[in-house]
Amino acid sequence: MNTGDTGFMILSAALVFFMTPGLAFFYGGLVRRKNVCSTMMACTSIMGLSVVMWVLFGYSLSFGGNHLGIIGDFRWLAFRHVGMDAGPYADTIPHLVFAAFQMMFAMITPALITGSLVGRMKFKALFFFMAFWSVLVYYPLAHMVWGSGGILAKLGSVDFAGGNVVHISSGVSALVLSILLGRRRGYEHTTYRVHNVPFVLLGASILWFGWFGFNAGSALGANGLAAHAFMTSALSSACAMLTWMLIEVIRERKPTLVGASTGLVIGLVAITPGAGFVPIWSAFLIGGLVSPICYFGVALVKKKLKIDDALDAFGCHGIGGIWGGLATGLFGQSSINSTAQWDGLFFGDTRLFLAQLAGIFITIIIAVIGTLVCAGIIRIFTELRVSVRDEQLGLDISQHGESAYPTFTGLDQ
Amino acid sequence: MLIKVEAIIREEQFEDVKQALQEIGVNGMTVSQVMGCGAQWGYTQYVRGMEVDIQMVPKIKFEIVVSSEEWETKTIQAIQKAAFTGQVGDGKIFSYEIRMAQKIRTKETGYDALQSDN
Repeated sequence: MNTGDTGFMILSAALVFFMTPGLAFFYGGLVRRKNVCSTMMACTSIMGLSVVMWVLFGYSLSFGGNHLGIIGDFRWLAFRHVGMDAGPYADTIPHLVFAAFQMMFAMITPALITGSLVGRMKFKALFFFMAFWSVLVYYPLAHMVWGSGGILAKLGSVDFAGGNVVHISSGVSALVLSILLGRRRGYEHTTYRVHNVPFVLLGASILWFGWFGFNAGSALGANGLAAHAFMTSALSSACAMLTWMLIEVIRERKPTLVGASTGLVIGLVAITPGAGFVPIWSAFLIGGLVSPICYFGVALVKKKLKIDDALDAFGCHGIGGIWGGLATGLFGQSSINSTAQWDGLFFGDTRLFLAQLAGIFITIIIAVIGTLVCAGIIRIFTELRVSVRDEQLGLDISQHGESAYPTFTGLDQ
Repeated sequence: MLIKVEAIIREEQFEDVKQALQEIGVNGMTVSQVMGCGAQWGYTQYVRGMEVDIQMVPKIKFEIVVSSEEWETKTIQAIQKAAFTGQVGDGKIFSYEIRMAQKIRTKETGYDALQSDN
């Protein structure tokens, strides 16, 4: 047991926790004025749901025991035997701290999906979807990548802080669910109606701050690797922000605050799987290239495929996460972190890159199937989508009976 | 004859128009923030590289009631000069006759209702 590690990990857990409310502001600012409460409520309700589920059985299913490398068991039901002593995953911190840190990841991942669903998904359907999705997609994936005997880890695929588990899984699920839901009304005119740009920056800044806990904390100790992950994260985020601004200046002549905020977030998405595996210099490339990839990825999804991935949960987290996973296979070095068995493609070894490809592929398959199954289960009980009238009225009033700005009567609804 | 002059102008020309009307000495005005568009149906904006059609554009509406055709011309000319930029979206000015006016405090009607006490 090490007090330095313990203190660092408790604070890192709190930092990661703060990302979900940050995400609520990030998403809340991007939507139109009649859907602000519902967008924020989607993230907020998941904060409650995920903690209850995690303590009851989520942690045990993800990390307790091992069945076929796919899922755990119920040995730690309701945190039985999860206590103040060190657990099997980290020697220097209490088992409870590890479980708390992982809990925050199980919280933000379903919240990320909600970005593609805004303005049209029934709250009841969304809430129960997230409960089923956690069980069918998140817990198995967390087990496969980080749990003892997980098959993705056995393949040699690495994921430092959750590129597969968090970003690719949520992004791909968001894409599938937005196809199932269909497009919002008026999509052909307006894919975005950003109602509060300062909220977007507020959310993005909270995300950036919290992400230091997310990535550095994934070292599971207050050590050099944590510092390494901290710096690759900062650098990748900064580079992505600048390249996004550059693209906007070239294509639209003016850099926007929404664009800068988007860039910094996807820079963090891209570095997440590799933060503790890649050399610092590679973060220039990982962050610098994620912006053009996502910028054109968003256009591909929205303009060509005409899919209403409303706030780009797939365009940013899915595509950015896949790039991050591949980049880890390009630039990863076992000398930085011996969890990686091989060096990346850039250093002349193909094995890590192929393992990354396999990991990404399996994650996508699980996310697609899991989302279809969850949506199928929900459809037995309720429609996924609100009525036309409720959509026109706005989800704030129709789903929650409250309005974000009750005294403001502009025509920008 | 009482005539109402209505002008829909650019938000950024608000101060200039207000000052021009003050300079010619109109006895009062009503101003509101409105949304609307002309033949162009707004403009296109970019968010994350995607085109967003902004159809309703915020504008300022001035309403001034005057008591003669001479004042009507004077008011319209002042607004036209102050609101002009030469770009698409400068707005429009309308005028029409109105039937009646009454000052609430003094109950005066017609021409008298529009005059100031000093």
